[in-house]
Amino acid sequence: MIKIAKYVKVKSLDEAYELNQKKSNAVIGGMLWLKMQKKRVATAIDLSDLGLDVIEETPEEYRIGAMVTLRQIEQHAGLNELTGGAAKESVRHIVGVQFRNLATVGGSLFGRYGFSDVLTFFMAAGAKVELHHKGVVTVEEFAKMPRDRDILVRVIVPKTDQKIVYLSQRNTQTDFPVLTCCISKTEEEMRCVIGARPGLAVCLRDEKGILKSGITQESAAAFGAYIRGTVTTGSNMRGTKEYRCILAGVLAKRALLKICEMECEG
Amino acid sequence: MLIELWINGKKVNAEIEPDMLLIDFLRKQGCFSVKRGCETSNCGLCTVFVDDKPVLSCSVLTARAAGHHVVTLEGLQEEAEAFGAYIADQGAEQCGFCNPGFMMNAVAMFRENPDPTEEEIREYLAGNLCRCSGYEGQMRGIQTYLAFKREKGASE
Repeated sequence: MIKIAKYVKVKSLDEAYELNQKKSNAVIGGMLWLKMQKKRVATAIDLSDLGLDVIEETPEEYRIGAMVTLRQIEQHAGLNELTGGAAKESVRHIVGVQFRNLATVGGSLFGRYGFSDVLTFFMAAGAKVELHHKGVVTVEEFAKMPRDRDILVRVIVPKTDQKIVYLSQRNTQTDFPVLTCCISKTEEEMRCVIGARPGLAVCLRDEKGILKSGITQESAAAFGAYIRGTVTTGSNMRGTKEYRCILAGVLAKRALLKICEMECEG
Repeated sequence: MLIELWINGKKVNAEIEPDMLLIDFLRKQGCFSVKRGCETSNCGLCTVFVDDKPVLSCSVLTARAAGHHVVTLEGLQEEAEAFGAYIADQGAEQCGFCNPGFMMNAVAMFRENPDPTEEEIREYLAGNLCRCSGYEGQMRGIQTYLAFKREKGASE
């Protein structure tokens, strides 16, 4: 269990950034994953007092503060309208309401956890993260960046006209996912994000033009087969790499067919 | 470090260690309804309200709760009593260790959604584990309680 020598509710992002440069210090986020580690933290940095627990709406985007909880994501009307409920679907299976009232968006994304439903969803939604030092980068880019000691300030979800579907497979309710899949279709492209492989979420695109004539039963099945053959997976206690590849294909196909239904409904 | 917070409406000042978890602080303050079950943020036994939101007290630093209002089952006696009788009537629980966390989260659910469907109940209470039962008794208890509330509402 984590040991903390000193606790500071910082008054500014600069103060948080400065404190976080010391390797023995840590930003605590919701502290759910951090608590489970056998770690000694010299100074726990709490961002609670920086007003980052709100979701702001501008004409172009939703700006989600790092301390916004997963429960807020689940319940936010605008964000869920924009994403056809995919935002809610991506978090509602995570443990329970009490857990989601604590777990933060910032902590979930900054950790870049392999098992992350949250990372899968935001990557597919074309979101960006605002880092205090580095500025704004896409979640896709952020996931590949080496871990550093920057501060994640907020997540920005553009109000792009897109159809988005989130699916996950779990061995049992409230457990970590065996695999996650989120597909987003915009005017320009189609992003198929596969997470909990069990490695970090990856974004795959329709590079072979399988869906260029639209989504049908046949093209969805062909795209599913493409994902199954393309995605790199691994084995752990929740499933083998072979099983995960099959799941990835099936979930990708199902998500596409759901998108097709949404398109028909307008 | 010195903190000030409210427990069940009462202002409390205390000197705490920076890594003291809220569950340990509350039990030290005599709130023995707050139980430690899994220690891995999964079982819901330690559920309390912080500013009216149900949270896992095993996963919150007491320092973070400073300045906030914390409510435990000790502070919800009236609300819990009426509902608790319905759970007891079904003989839903055997050991009862999970009961306080379950009551807290059920009360949170009733406040947020006074007339939940079976699916909504299952979803809201998914983070409350009970290792004696199969949750069927609890489900019957909740539904009987809701039916009673509906009837009462209709006759008023």
